[in-house]
Amino acid sequence: MLKIKDLHANVEGKEILRGINLEVNAGEVHAIMGPNGSGKSTLASVIAGNETYEVTAGDIFLNGENIEDLSPEERAHNGVFLSFQYPVEIPGVSVTNFMKTAINESRKAKGLEDMPAKDMLKLIRDKSELLEIDRKFLSRSLNEGFSGGEKKRNEIFQMAMLEPKLAILDETDSGLDIDALRIVANGVNKLKSKDNAVVVITHYQRLLEYIVPDFVHVLYNGKIVKSGTKELAMELEEKGYDWIKQEAAV
Amino acid sequence: MDLKDKLVSSFLAFENNVDVHNPVHDVRTEAIKNFETKGFPSRKEEAWKYTSLNSLQKIDFSIFPKKESSLEYKDVKKYFIHQIDTYKIVFIDGVFSSNLSETTHDGVDICLMSSALTKPMYKAVIDVYFNKVASKDESLTTLNTAFSREGAYIYIPKNKVPKKPIEIIHFSTGNDVALMLQPRNLIIAEENSEMQIIERHQSLTSNAVLTNCVTEIFAAKNAIVDYYKVQNDVDSASLVDNTYVDQKDGSHVKVHTFSFGGKLLRNNLNFYQNGERIDSTMKGITIIGDKQHVDHHTLVHHIEPNCESHQDYKGIYADSSTGVFNGKIIVDKIAQKTNAFQKNNNILISDKATINTKPQLEIFADDVKCSHGCTIGQLDEEALFYLQSRGIPKKEARALLMYAFANNVLESVSIPELKVRINKLIANKLGVNLGFDL
Repeated sequence: MLKIKDLHANVEGKEILRGINLEVNAGEVHAIMGPNGSGKSTLASVIAGNETYEVTAGDIFLNGENIEDLSPEERAHNGVFLSFQYPVEIPGVSVTNFMKTAINESRKAKGLEDMPAKDMLKLIRDKSELLEIDRKFLSRSLNEGFSGGEKKRNEIFQMAMLEPKLAILDETDSGLDIDALRIVANGVNKLKSKDNAVVVITHYQRLLEYIVPDFVHVLYNGKIVKSGTKELAMELEEKGYDWIKQEAAV
Repeated sequence: MDLKDKLVSSFLAFENNVDVHNPVHDVRTEAIKNFETKGFPSRKEEAWKYTSLNSLQKIDFSIFPKKESSLEYKDVKKYFIHQIDTYKIVFIDGVFSSNLSETTHDGVDICLMSSALTKPMYKAVIDVYFNKVASKDESLTTLNTAFSREGAYIYIPKNKVPKKPIEIIHFSTGNDVALMLQPRNLIIAEENSEMQIIERHQSLTSNAVLTNCVTEIFAAKNAIVDYYKVQNDVDSASLVDNTYVDQKDGSHVKVHTFSFGGKLLRNNLNFYQNGERIDSTMKGITIIGDKQHVDHHTLVHHIEPNCESHQDYKGIYADSSTGVFNGKIIVDKIAQKTNAFQKNNNILISDKATINTKPQLEIFADDVKCSHGCTIGQLDEEALFYLQSRGIPKKEARALLMYAFANNVLESVSIPELKVRINKLIANKLGVNLGFDL
């Protein structure tokens, strides 16, 4: 599904990613962990097509196609979804209208008609139930005045609505209390299938107790320095990141 | 002959058509003298530093329409808020159009300035209010006063509320010439009365049109006046709007200005708070492009204690458009416990667009809350990426962000159908169809 080869990326002339190699297959869950400033969020943004970052070398393939020249919206139309660490507030545009626009723009790109209003309402109802979202919440302005937990839940609601092939969850667990964490994780698990893949970016092992990864990668200094299975996450929780840094320095 | 000379000499012709023995005519005569002395404002004056009327003065404007024009309702229907029933005071080339209008004298007067200025039954009101709050010194205002003959006259007596909103629309057809119009409106809200007004100037021609409009608003004790100026004219039309508001105890006057089109727009909004517990609200959304120019000059004079004023202007400037915001707040020494707030936020979406924004606070009282803030910025790239990552194309994503930026100004629009209309104008102006009503 996703294949990243020797990816290098800069922001404002500073190299953040220094040769990332990663392969994610359909049906898999990957976790990317690492200390602050190691490049985790940059990797997520670069995959989703954020133009703030300049890709200086390497390739990203999605289902065999090089996506280098695709805009963020084209990547979304091809099934990439990024759950933001800091979702943006859009006053005056309700969650419902925002999702209608997003879904119909994707359909338009695929040459499809707008989704009939009846189907849209049903989809919204089903997916909001999945994430235990109150109906009133959907008529509020997107992310405006939302608590941290509400914003994250709303991100996963959007993911549920858009049904991406590749979902990247950037620090989705930050700012969540234990109940919200369970709801969010439960939502992600229900959306998981053999046809899609999830990349979980996190600092802590906590979320991985709920969304169990098939593979765990440690990102340090812009490179994946260690890969393993879920046991690696537990080891990191226990021992911290220092031993990784030392190993990387050797 | 330059425009000033033409106007001054046209005054003689104007006098042939009005009653020179009416006391109002002395006011006109005084006014033309003032204009003759002062002439058009130039950029040497601080208040006109960023707005030049030079190129307009080079146009050979006709001061009076050459002949009467008529319009069919179906041809101009789109300019009215046709989803709702309204009173309508409509002018074509400055002349009242009875077939497009719906005036009333049923408990309230929603009619014509020309009647009010000439009929004896209105004399008492005219004596008290006409030209009483409008400046006797500012040259364009005095020019309008000199030629004041027609416009809207609205008188809402004590405790009355008209059954529906009032639309004042000025159409210009040009009649194959460049035309200058000088409408004069007088709006009086007596104690505890309430009204909603929508004003629009719409040119239907590619010939140049210059409108120099003066509106006087008097809000008595506890009156509420809710005024909307919809400015979405064609690129050959220019408007100088001079609005003067006199407020008494407990009154609330709100003016929303939506500036989306026209060659040159200059809005002079002047509020005088002659009482206590007064609330004055000025809000605006400006979205322009090409070489359009919009200038908002506001003044709030806090004369008595315990009053408030709220200003919130948002501007989005594309292409080579230029904007000006100058917000003057005067708080007299006696006007303690004043709350005066002013905000002006701008987005420049082109390297060639400019905005000059200037708060001007003159505070002589010591126990007041005054705040002002102006910002100039670009669209937030991170926010743009967020919307694009959801599959929304860049153009639509930019439009949504601009809408979100301007949105809070719309919250206080109290006519739902007007809000829908403004939303559509904004979507149209931003060049998007978002698939839902904003």
